[in-house]
Amino acid sequence: MSTQHQPAPPLPSLTIDALGRKCPIPIIMLAEQIRDVPVGAVLAVLADDPAARTDVPAWCGLKSQEFVVEQTLPRGWAFLVRRCY
Amino acid sequence: MPYLDAASTEPLHPAARVALLSALDDGWADPARLYGDARRARLLLDQARQRIAAVLGGRADELLFTSSGTQAAHLAVLGTVRARRRAGRHIVVSAVEHSSVLHAVEQCERDGAAATIVGVDQTGRVDPAEFAAALTPPTVGGPDRREPTATVLACLQSANHEVGTVQPVEAAASTCRRASVPLLVDAAASAGRMPIPRGWSLLTASAHKWGGPAGVGVLAVRRGSRWRSPLPGGAPPDRGGWVSGYPDVPAALAAAAALDAMEAERLTLETALRALTDRIRHRIPRAIPDSLVYGDPVNTLPHIVTICFLYVNGEALVTELDRAGFGVSSGSACTADTLQPSHVLAAMGVITHGNIRVSLPRATSEDTIDRFLDVLPGTVARLRAATDPAAAVPT
Repeated sequence: MSTQHQPAPPLPSLTIDALGRKCPIPIIMLAEQIRDVPVGAVLAVLADDPAARTDVPAWCGLKSQEFVVEQTLPRGWAFLVRRCY
Repeated sequence: MPYLDAASTEPLHPAARVALLSALDDGWADPARLYGDARRARLLLDQARQRIAAVLGGRADELLFTSSGTQAAHLAVLGTVRARRRAGRHIVVSAVEHSSVLHAVEQCERDGAAATIVGVDQTGRVDPAEFAAALTPPTVGGPDRREPTATVLACLQSANHEVGTVQPVEAAASTCRRASVPLLVDAAASAGRMPIPRGWSLLTASAHKWGGPAGVGVLAVRRGSRWRSPLPGGAPPDRGGWVSGYPDVPAALAAAAALDAMEAERLTLETALRALTDRIRHRIPRAIPDSLVYGDPVNTLPHIVTICFLYVNGEALVTELDRAGFGVSSGSACTADTLQPSHVLAAMGVITHGNIRVSLPRATSEDTIDRFLDVLPGTVARLRAATDPAAAVPT
C-alpha cells in the first residue's frame, strides 16, 4: 500500500504495543484502551501477528470505529484507528 | 462424546461399513487381471464407479478414483493447465477455495501461469459478475513484451468448507461455457449434502466427507474437456478408473454405498440438520454478547455453522469445549500449523480469532445441540474473564 500520494497519516495520541502478542490480545488491548483517547483522536496498535491485519480493520467495522491506515514497520505493522464515539 | 466436526470428516456411514466388510471378502483380487476373483473385483469396482458417477451427474468413464480429495484437486488443476498449455496460461480462482486448489494454482504460477483471484463478500460468496469479468484474460509479460493469454481454467467450489456459504456455481458455469473456459467445481464440502450443481467441466470430491472411508477421492472430467494426468506414466491404464497405484476396491464400494445412502436420505437429513444449525444461528447471538455468526444464513450448507466470539482465543475455546465433551474445530490462526489466519475468513474481511466451526454429522440429536447451547455461554464467559492482556506473556 503506497502512501506516497496520500496526506500524511495523523499522529497517534496513544500507542499500544502488542508486538509479540497473538490475536485476540491486540484486539482486546485496542478495545480496552480506545476509551483512553478523546473522541476524534487517533491511536496506533503495533502488532506482528499477521491475523491483526484482518482483525483490526474488521473490529473497527464491527464497532463503527474508523480504521485509518496500516503502516509496515521493520517488525510487524502499525494500525491507526480513530475513535468515533 | 458428541462429535460436531463432520466438515472435517463424517463418521463412516453404516451402509459403508456393511459394503466395506463384504467387499473385503469379495473384492480383494487385482481388478486388472483376467481370472475369476479378479473379474469379480473388477465388476465391483465398475459398479462403484457407475454409482458414484450417477450421483455426481457424470458418466462412469468420466470418473477417476484418486487417493484423496486433495489429490483430486491437484490433478484437476495441473492436468488441465498442462493439457491446455498451448491455448494459454491464465487461471481464475476464488479466494476461498480449499487450500488444495490454491496450492495447485500456486504451482502453476511458479511454472509461468498467471492467476486472477476473485474475492468474496462478507458472507464468503463470490459475485458472479466479478467472476465473469475475471475470465477476460489480462495482458502478461514485461512492459516491452506484453502478450494476451487465454484463460484455460476457472475454479469455483460448490460451497465453502469453513463457513458453509453456497457459491453461484451455475451462474459461473454458464459464463464459463460462453467463454469456452473449463470450470473446476470442488464439491468436497457439499457432495451428499446438496444436489451437485450442473455445468462443471471437472468435479472433485472426497468420500470421507460424505460418510465413506478415508483414502478415496474422486475426479470427474467431463468428456471433451482437455485433461491429461500429470502423474508419471501419463494416461491411467485400465485400472477401473484408479488414477494411480493399486485400486482399493473395498474402499471404492464403501464410498459408493455411503454416497447412495446419503443421497437417499438427503432431504430428511437436510431438514433435520438445518433446523439444528438454524437453532445455533439464532440462539448464540442472543445468548452471548459480542458473538457473530459467519456466512450466509440461508444460502448455506445445512450442516455447518461458524461462529466468532470476540476477544476469545479459538484454541482455548476448542480445548474447553473438548473438556465439556464436544468436538469442534476452529479456523483461528493459533489452531493452524501455519500461524496464518484462515484465508477464507481473511478474504471475507471478518475477525479471524475466536471462531469455531460447528458441523453436524448425520446422526446429531436435538438433545446434543441443546446441551451444546447450554454449555457454550458459560464457557465463553469464563474464557473472556480469564484473558488478561497484561498477564499474557509476549513470545
